[in-house]
Amino acid sequence: MIKTTLKKLAIAAAITTASLASTGMAWAEDTIKVGVLHSLSGTMAISETTLKDTMLMLIEEQNKKGGLLGKKLEAVVVDPASNWPLFAEKARELISKNKTDVVFGCWTSVSRKSVLPVFEELNSILFYPVQYEGEESSKNVFYTGAAPNQQAVPAVDYLMNDIGVKRWVLAGTDYVYPRTTNKILKAYLIAKGVKEKDIMINYTPFGHSDWQSIVSDIKKFGNTGKKTAVVSTINGDANIPFYKELGNQGISAEDIPVIAFSVGEEELSGLDTKPLVGHLAAWNYFMSVESDENEEFIDAWKKFIKNKDRVTNDPMEAHYIGFNMWVKAVEKAGTTDPSVVQKALIGVSVPNLSGGYSAMMPNHHITKPVLIGEIQKDGQFDIVWETSGLVAGDAWSDYLPGSKDLIADWRSPLSCGNYNVKTKKCSGQNY
Amino acid sequence: MPLSATTVSVKKTFPPLLFFFVSFFISFFMLMSMAQQTVASEIPAESSLEDAWKTLSQKNYNKKSGAIEVIAQQNPPEARPAMKAMLEGQLYYAKRGKALYFLKEVNDNYEFTPLFDTDPALKPVLQENRRGFKKVKVNNRLRRMIRQLLAVMQLKHEDADIRLAAVQELLKNPETEAADLVKNAIGKETDQRVITSMQTLLAVIQLENGDETAQLAAINTLANSLNSSAMNALTAYQAPTKALENKAQSAINKINDKRDLYAKAETIFFGLSLGSVLALSAIGLAITFGVMGVINMAHGELMMIGAYTTYVVQLLMPDNIAMSILVAIPAAFIVSGLVGIAIERGVIRHLYGRPLETLLATFGVSLVLQQTVRSIFSPLNRSVETPEWMSGAWQINEVLALTWNRLYIIFFCLAVFMALIAVMKKTSLGLQVRAVSQNRTMARAMGVRSKWVDALTFGLGSGIAGLAGVALSLLTNVGPNLGQAYIIDSFMVVVFGGVGNLWGTLVAGMSLGVINKLLEPWAGAVLAKILVLIFIILFIQKRPKGLFPQRGRAAED
Repeated sequence: MIKTTLKKLAIAAAITTASLASTGMAWAEDTIKVGVLHSLSGTMAISETTLKDTMLMLIEEQNKKGGLLGKKLEAVVVDPASNWPLFAEKARELISKNKTDVVFGCWTSVSRKSVLPVFEELNSILFYPVQYEGEESSKNVFYTGAAPNQQAVPAVDYLMNDIGVKRWVLAGTDYVYPRTTNKILKAYLIAKGVKEKDIMINYTPFGHSDWQSIVSDIKKFGNTGKKTAVVSTINGDANIPFYKELGNQGISAEDIPVIAFSVGEEELSGLDTKPLVGHLAAWNYFMSVESDENEEFIDAWKKFIKNKDRVTNDPMEAHYIGFNMWVKAVEKAGTTDPSVVQKALIGVSVPNLSGGYSAMMPNHHITKPVLIGEIQKDGQFDIVWETSGLVAGDAWSDYLPGSKDLIADWRSPLSCGNYNVKTKKCSGQNY
Repeated sequence: MPLSATTVSVKKTFPPLLFFFVSFFISFFMLMSMAQQTVASEIPAESSLEDAWKTLSQKNYNKKSGAIEVIAQQNPPEARPAMKAMLEGQLYYAKRGKALYFLKEVNDNYEFTPLFDTDPALKPVLQENRRGFKKVKVNNRLRRMIRQLLAVMQLKHEDADIRLAAVQELLKNPETEAADLVKNAIGKETDQRVITSMQTLLAVIQLENGDETAQLAAINTLANSLNSSAMNALTAYQAPTKALENKAQSAINKINDKRDLYAKAETIFFGLSLGSVLALSAIGLAITFGVMGVINMAHGELMMIGAYTTYVVQLLMPDNIAMSILVAIPAAFIVSGLVGIAIERGVIRHLYGRPLETLLATFGVSLVLQQTVRSIFSPLNRSVETPEWMSGAWQINEVLALTWNRLYIIFFCLAVFMALIAVMKKTSLGLQVRAVSQNRTMARAMGVRSKWVDALTFGLGSGIAGLAGVALSLLTNVGPNLGQAYIIDSFMVVVFGGVGNLWGTLVAGMSLGVINKLLEPWAGAVLAKILVLIFIILFIQKRPKGLFPQRGRAAED
């Protein structure tokens, strides 16, 4: 109970600081407005509220450092309420009415697709912080989350080379991100010589809670003596019943490890992690990363949110990188005019939280290290593997027949999100 | 290896200190009696063991796996407890000096006891945090390796269950070295289950390495085993003669037939278990919607409140998780029931006879409840810990295991159902409820306080929704959206079973569960749900009143 009151206090404090910030700035017309487009109610509030707070913290810190171009930054927070069409309306409101120079927001791919036409029409900038299925590169969107080659493909490599996995279960929730990711992974596995009969693909509805027969099938699939692993693109809510069922049916992480792409510290916080210990997750950042930047960030976050139990996660790091990139690009360009900043952003390099630097590529994706962690009892991850260097995000997968000839390069003279290197043509479509 | 195994069993019977002295004297006499060069040759082994212990505090997993192997081979008395602690993530090392410690959590404090109690410089440490110590990290590969090594050490453990687990562990990866150990152990084995497992293990190895007569015997043994290693060994078997090949093939067929049978039994169990969840979530609705005729869109949220009640009860009694569920059952019933009565008194009673308005108003109530929970408990999911007696599975044989939590929920569903039937049939409240629902005017004329009965009936239905919430909290996430996932299913079950018929609800829930699970393997989870929905639509076309329609005058209006 004390915990919840504390939390409420923290929220109240966050709101008052936010409103204070906005009222305090009201007299000064000359602020730089930063839009924050994250759901604060509805199903996605569980994940997105944290990102809103992260943005407020980053903006507050930047203002303490004296703002940007001699002006203060001002956060404009709106609530699209997990409602995809509302995302587009709120985006328009932010850009046209509130005159924001940049927007940080969205979580689900469908919300990003919904706001995309708005950003292109009004030529603004969106920073998108979540891992996604790729196959997109817009002039107006900067993707700071992982593309499939920065998360899914290295994860499969790890299982194949370090664990010796021979049979694969690709399990996912039935929507665009798992479907596309699994399509890429299947093509990748087959290219690596895995036979079709050694791959089992399974889709379940959102919020699936009865995993009995699927887990039983996985058990049978994995009982043939060959090492089996599950590559899971199962969405948030359905994960806990899935892991519980694995535990109850006696499948341990040593027998059949599950590597997940959507289970992070935030999802694990306050959960009964007993059935999950030893299972894996692939991300570009873990709270347990040992670096000075990370320690500073965690301290700042706990202080800002006034709760020492709060955790940090990968999309938060993506916002950290994205925000600092934008700040640097604006300083470089000397203006916040989106069309100038868009160009200035390419090539900008800022420290990430894992002790290295991330750079913005011409295809609007960034370079990141890939880490694989094992879930621990305390809801944290032990990093068991990482790529030796940084991996550059690939907008168009090399393993899909439709997109392997496509590249994205927003520098002139090409300035195209989907240039076909064979036909030497830019398809001209906006994404 | 056999020798080291005996040392371990000695340790089990002697108190540690005594054991230390005994081993000290033994080694002392050995030193005295042995020639000088033997001692000299032991020194590198000793030091490499020491190195191995030191290597555990390093980061490199390959080096660690080498070190663990050395430790297992030398098998000092510390080996087994250290390996167990490593599996549990309770082996730590001091940042300074790299000495190894066991971690034990004692009432929010951390107690570090040194692994080597012989070194007087190392003392147990009790502190509030884990500062100054770091965990010896293990990954899945190391864990697997440690389990195998431990299994070898535990073949002679006095607990038959541990011996069985050890043999099962060895069966996962049968190696020839294990065969000699098992051959030694099988003669002294008394537990029938362990003997059978050991025979399977030996047969798997014989099938690979034995001569033809041994292979034939091995096939015969394996044909009676359901273990997946047996099946895999038979499938991979390269028969030297035609006769043996046929024999192996018929063994495979025999195993497959048995497996298919158990797989069917498993599917039925899965179906009944899904059905019991469906029925449980629909029983409450069968009262409010079925008996009272109120379309209550907030039914799911009443289940959610039950689930959150379970969570709060666990928060209040963190030291007694095993009992918390039993306490949560009445608590959830009362909390959800009271909320239900409040909804009835506040909203629904003004809207009787206006189904559309009721639907919209209760939908509004459901949103209000969801957002309230979001502001009190945060939008994040909360966890309800499954008590020990409900986790794991009842292993009937090597292919058929029924999970305990599902079994308990099936029984819980039946118990709730029986209790409800008893209330409706045997109590005066039940009599009045039935009277009011059949003919309100007549019941009032007989002196039944119909408004009071309405409130109580709604409270009863809501309370049962709360009970369903307790069950759901053990299966799925406790979050603000919990209810939404079940509301459609609940209506489906009630309509399919026949509005106003409790037995119909039970039968409908169970049969929908089984149908769903029968369809799932070949249609996939998504399509199975769609097919079930189509089936219900077609069924309702044919029989608009469901499986068990209510008969008589009450059904006419």
